[in-house]
Amino acid sequence: MLQRRIGKRVFLRGCLLGATALVMPSVLGAREYGGTNMPWAAGVANLPHDAMHAARFFTPEEYEMADAITARLIPDDDTGPGAQAAGVVDFIDRQLAGFYGRGQRWYMQGPFPEPLETQGYQAPYPPAGLWRAGLAALDQHCHQAHGQGFAALDGPTQDDVLKGMEKGEVDLNTTDAASFFDFIREMTIEGFFCDPVHGGNRDMVGWHLIGFPGARYDYRDFLHHNGAAIDMPPVSLMGRPAWNAQQGQRGTGNRKGAR
Amino acid sequence: MTEIHRSIDVVLVGFGWTGAILAHELTAEGLQVLALERGGWRDTPTDFPTTHAPDELRYYWRHEMFQETAQETQTFRNRRGQTALPIRRWGSYLPGVGVGGAGVHWNGQTFRFLPSDFLARSHNQERYGALPDDMTVQDYPVTYDELEPHFDRFEKLCGICGQAGNLQGDLRPGGNPFEGWRSNEYPNPPMEMTFSQDRFKASARDMGLNPFPAPSANMSRAYTNPLGVRMAPCTYCGFCEKFGCGNYSKASPQTTILPVVMQQSNFRLRTHCDVLHVNKDRDNTRATGVTYIDAHGQLHEQPAQIVILCGYQLSNTRLMMLSGIGEIYDPATGQGQLGRNYTYQVMSGVDVFFDDAFTNEYIGAGALGMVVDDYNGDNFDHSGLGFIGGAYIACWTTHARPIESQPVPEGTPEWGSEWKRALQQNFLRHTSLSVHGASMAHRENYLDLDPTYKDRYGRPLMRMTYDFTANDRRLSEHITPVAAQIARGMGGREIKVNALDAHYDIWPYQTTHNTGGTIMGETPADSVVNRYLQSWELHNLFVMGAGVFPQNAGYNPTATVAALAYWSAHAIRTQYLRAPGPLVQV
Ligand SMILES: Cc1cc2nc3c(=O)[nH]c(=O)nc-3n(C[C@H](O)[C@H](O)[C@H](O)COP(=O)(O)OP(=O)(O)OC[C@H]3O[C@@H](n4cnc5c(N)ncnc54)[C@H](O)[C@@H]3O)c2cc1C
Ligand code: SF4
Repeated sequence: MLQRRIGKRVFLRGCLLGATALVMPSVLGAREYGGTNMPWAAGVANLPHDAMHAARFFTPEEYEMADAITARLIPDDDTGPGAQAAGVVDFIDRQLAGFYGRGQRWYMQGPFPEPLETQGYQAPYPPAGLWRAGLAALDQHCHQAHGQGFAALDGPTQDDVLKGMEKGEVDLNTTDAASFFDFIREMTIEGFFCDPVHGGNRDMVGWHLIGFPGARYDYRDFLHHNGAAIDMPPVSLMGRPAWNAQQGQRGTGNRKGAR
Repeated sequence: MTEIHRSIDVVLVGFGWTGAILAHELTAEGLQVLALERGGWRDTPTDFPTTHAPDELRYYWRHEMFQETAQETQTFRNRRGQTALPIRRWGSYLPGVGVGGAGVHWNGQTFRFLPSDFLARSHNQERYGALPDDMTVQDYPVTYDELEPHFDRFEKLCGICGQAGNLQGDLRPGGNPFEGWRSNEYPNPPMEMTFSQDRFKASARDMGLNPFPAPSANMSRAYTNPLGVRMAPCTYCGFCEKFGCGNYSKASPQTTILPVVMQQSNFRLRTHCDVLHVNKDRDNTRATGVTYIDAHGQLHEQPAQIVILCGYQLSNTRLMMLSGIGEIYDPATGQGQLGRNYTYQVMSGVDVFFDDAFTNEYIGAGALGMVVDDYNGDNFDHSGLGFIGGAYIACWTTHARPIESQPVPEGTPEWGSEWKRALQQNFLRHTSLSVHGASMAHRENYLDLDPTYKDRYGRPLMRMTYDFTANDRRLSEHITPVAAQIARGMGGREIKVNALDAHYDIWPYQTTHNTGGTIMGETPADSVVNRYLQSWELHNLFVMGAGVFPQNAGYNPTATVAALAYWSAHAIRTQYLRAPGPLVQV
């Protein structure tokens, strides 16, 4: 009984209502299906996400730092292009400017006490806020410890700073260094391996590196590969440059215009 | 002002797997049925056609088909005395939202529980002696034999692909020799196995184990189910678990029931309706209907003769709590049933890395795998082992999606050139084995309402207090080495063992197999619902889903969830409608 009272009372307050009345159902904010009204329609499909919108989140300084960090995490080396060639920083920039950066789908109500290690993301701000606070603190740390900002440090020093963050040894004021590092790493990997439709993995460099054939949909002919290598060039949701080249066009798979 | 709607025979809260099954069963009985779903409509060609279903970032990492935590989440802590904090972004599990529920983006690994799983207390006590006091394990109030016809129905609905191991008591080579008897062969033959399964099978056989093809809801061939709905052969696209199938190849409410039930004249579906609580009469004997809020913030009251909760285990349990139906469990006193015996799944695994062979694991399907059951349930002697229950060991090839799958050997750094090279070398030359263990109930693992955190309507979130138990640890320590031995026999260069975490962690994905909280039992003193999933308190309220499991077995839950839904629907059709009232007298 007690629980019922709690449930009701709090709920009533939340919704600011007192009266009830019998009215004709309008089903305004809901949709009703059945009878002659079917929810499907022939030939209608929703489109892939347009992740290519121009909105930006980073300031030029933040952009430079994020670019430098992701370039250390996935370097350009003898295995092939790294995060910079893949446009990872642009991917992150766009993500932070959108619903993901705002934490729009997340429960973000406080309080935010010190979490246990097993309690997952508990930063008091959504991803965009975490990056903003974290990068500012990191820059401050680099100035104090090394006399210049992160982007200006040489590669080995940058690596040392990142290792310190990874182990939680670098003090980033209110930002937990290790969780910020994990989050940077996670978004860097997303930007390197996502479908190019989202603005990262430019020219599918991430997929070329590891041999992932991408957004294909039928592998039945290859089921009995018996441990042999399969040579299949990757394809994105936007197609593949070679397909469009055949039509004499510049491929949309080529991330032209993505900066 | 609350809009009050005309009364209806049956209101279903949630329209995922169990909602779809109940809708079909009860409209067939001629009842007027209304389903209320908090998410939107979803169908194959509109929402996840093959042209954009394979989008790892959008669907998995940006949670396109999962419940937003902003709408409903839980708070979590490992044990009493700690402060539970809200799950802000899903990790360990991924509740579904929208028509079809998690049935749209499940894998389709479709196991029946073992006969002894339904007798977890009596069977084990008889064989091994008393269980520890803090293990609140209890028998299901229904037996495997009673559920067999209902398992059979679900398998036919979905067109499950597999190979019988026990056909009416006859043991069949190549199937699972430990499974309960089956009245029929699977409706479809097993999926085609690929390289990793072949190696797993050979290694397991060498060890004297009994590998069998996993029962799968990914079609091995074209299939028309008993409702006349057609499915197409699976193309092993590798975007299955956490994704919708663009190919009509994975059994889901969309591909098995909805094309029929949506067109029944006595069925209505209302989407974007978030049910806030169940209403009851003054005497506390009947549910009078439900209150819900629509996308415009408008409140509605929907009266109904029968209310059925089909909102997944987490939502069902919280709805009962917020509606004040039954007493919330208190571990300090052991009083109260609601929220008691929350259980989960005890997972570990082994990675296998090859040098000379390509596993090409992007060629995969949600339920493509070979399994051994020799260490599951009570299929082996537990004497002196200090635990009950077991796990299956499987070599699944579900996918190699590159944001999620980053196989590198032990000792590799997590970034930089060395990591990049290791990933390049191993991405296509890796497979893994999973140990999928039972989770036995413990008096300290439970659900209740959080004292601090509220949802957007100001109502308390549900609080989860959960950690792995001594039974879980011993189980995992005993069985993971067997998996490692199979892995070693697969001919790779090296293996890596991923043991059970020291403490349950809410971030890494494990399984969406949340169970318990509204458990079924023999009396109101040991459970929330009776053997027909009928509330002990309100006789016209039924509760579906894995919340009714007194504890979880070493299998994925959905076949058992569905069998129980059919079993309950059968009781409603054949008993309850004739004489509405409690179906079990105490
Ligand atoms: C990634 C993933 C993989 C899985 N793989 C497997 C597998 O291989 N094998 C297996 O056996 N199981 C698997 N499962 C579990 C399986 O999906 C569930 O067991 C099954 O869907 C449960 O059915 P249900 O009807 O209880 O809930 P669901 O199918 O989730 O349906 C619940 C519905 O209720 C709605 N709802 C909830 N609360 C409310 C409310 N208050 N008001 C209105 N609507 C509400 C939700 O939006 C949802 O649509 C998997 C799950 C996930 C997420
Ligand atoms: S693996 Fe098969 S069943 Fe799964 S989504 Fe792909 S085609 Fe569909």
